[in-house]
Amino acid sequence: MTDTPGSRPRRVRHRGRTRLVPIPLLVPALVGLAFLSLPLIALLVRAPWRSLPEQLTSAEVWEALRLSLLCATAATAVSLVVGVPLAWLLARTRFPGRGFVRALVTLPLVLPPVVGGVALLLAFGRGGVVGQWLDSWFGITLPFTTTGVVLAETFVAMPFLVISVEGTLRAADPRYEEAATTLGASRFTAFRRVTLPLIAPGIAAGAVLAWARALGEFGATITFAGNFPGRTQTMPLAVYLALQNDPAAAIALSLVLLAVSIAVLAALRDRWMTAS
Amino acid sequence: MPRSAHRTRRILQIAGASAAALLTLSACSSATGSDKGSSSAKPSGTVTVFAAASLEESFKTLGKQFEKEHPGTKVTFNFGGSDTLAASITGGAPADVFAAASTKTMAIVTDKQDAAGRPATFVRNQLEIATPPGNPDRISSLKDLTKPGLKVVLCDRTVPCGAAARKALDAGGLKLTPVSYEQDVKSALTKVELKEADAALVYRTDVRAAGDKVEGVDFPESAEALNDYPIALLENAPNPQAAKAFVALVRSAEGQKVLSRAGFLKP
Repeated sequence: MTDTPGSRPRRVRHRGRTRLVPIPLLVPALVGLAFLSLPLIALLVRAPWRSLPEQLTSAEVWEALRLSLLCATAATAVSLVVGVPLAWLLARTRFPGRGFVRALVTLPLVLPPVVGGVALLLAFGRGGVVGQWLDSWFGITLPFTTTGVVLAETFVAMPFLVISVEGTLRAADPRYEEAATTLGASRFTAFRRVTLPLIAPGIAAGAVLAWARALGEFGATITFAGNFPGRTQTMPLAVYLALQNDPAAAIALSLVLLAVSIAVLAALRDRWMTAS
Repeated sequence: MPRSAHRTRRILQIAGASAAALLTLSACSSATGSDKGSSSAKPSGTVTVFAAASLEESFKTLGKQFEKEHPGTKVTFNFGGSDTLAASITGGAPADVFAAASTKTMAIVTDKQDAAGRPATFVRNQLEIATPPGNPDRISSLKDLTKPGLKVVLCDRTVPCGAAARKALDAGGLKLTPVSYEQDVKSALTKVELKEADAALVYRTDVRAAGDKVEGVDFPESAEALNDYPIALLENAPNPQAAKAFVALVRSAEGQKVLSRAGFLKP
């Protein structure tokens, strides 16, 4: 490999060991890399570049994209409001059944989203356990509404935020909070003035992660909120239904989601991509 | 030199192992229904049938009948939206038979020369209004669906039941804004079964299959939106022998009896 004339064998071996990746690792790694990147490359290769401007300027696409961004942001906001306190509870307090609660909170991470949609329907649907009271007392029905989309997205996205914030809380030194309380601050003030700024990066990362997950949500949304352009049809739903009779449109829509996802990863670059 | 030869061999070995790992993954998807080489006259092995979601109940009955008539065979089904099925067939899914809920979706397959021979229409289906049991909103005509405040779900226009619904509404000169365009006929029906929707436009056969969980309301405009169901043997069928026999059963008098009991009309 580095057979420069005059170099001693030992040096060659030394260089080889430090510079070259062992073949048994390199080849499978490249196969894995190809497997993960080829579908994305295919998406770019097969994209209808010529008709793309036309595809992307249709009112339906913008409606779906606008709704997607709006709902994902709303779902992230809801997740922040209830998810951060939930994470604090899991990280900083002790109570019986905490392990069970943590498992429950993270369940939507592994639950098939469609199952989440069915569960939401049985809970918050018009005939659901909670939903029937919402309907008869307040006249509120959630399925087939934009609120329903936000609910479905929050259900699948909030665990990402909770996990991220809880991890950061565990890594943060609780002595700062204790110091604050001994200096006379209430526990809530200590949380607000000391803990929150301390774990802000973790919250931000969790929020971006939850936002990205909400943006891509499909199964729970189509099951719980249905599909109506401008009201519940988000980008993933539009992609799925476009694929049925207009694959070019589906590819164009997929490109938009791909671009948004890459933008999210780029925003998180400092946190994950350069972690060493 | 020997060292580099050794290295080359190692690379090949590892590349082979990695490729094998990926092949194992992809083999999972084609493991079913590949019983090539069954050249005997008697049908045997697995028949893979891709069929429209609305055919589920009657085809399952026919599948059992087929297995009983031809011992040693097994019928596996993939039920779903006709467009999705057509897309996976043109994408290379290993299927023997395709039964679609519309000629338009069958055309996706025949246009790509993926069907062996011409598809044959074996049944027709008619739309019906599905309401919760007892018809609480007293829906008696297609026009009643346009009443304000009524939550109606339709199939998306990309799937056959949605196209038929649009045709029926056009025939009645009606404009209807549903609360949702569902991705297939079964999910439209489910929304009524769960009482999330007050009514849905679905096939007669689906209303019948749902038993007493929903109630059906006939309407005259449905005659303008009859769906033809074509069935075809596929070009790359892994098991053409048994596939042919299955298509024959579906088209036989015996098969037609099962289908008409489910609510399908004769072609």
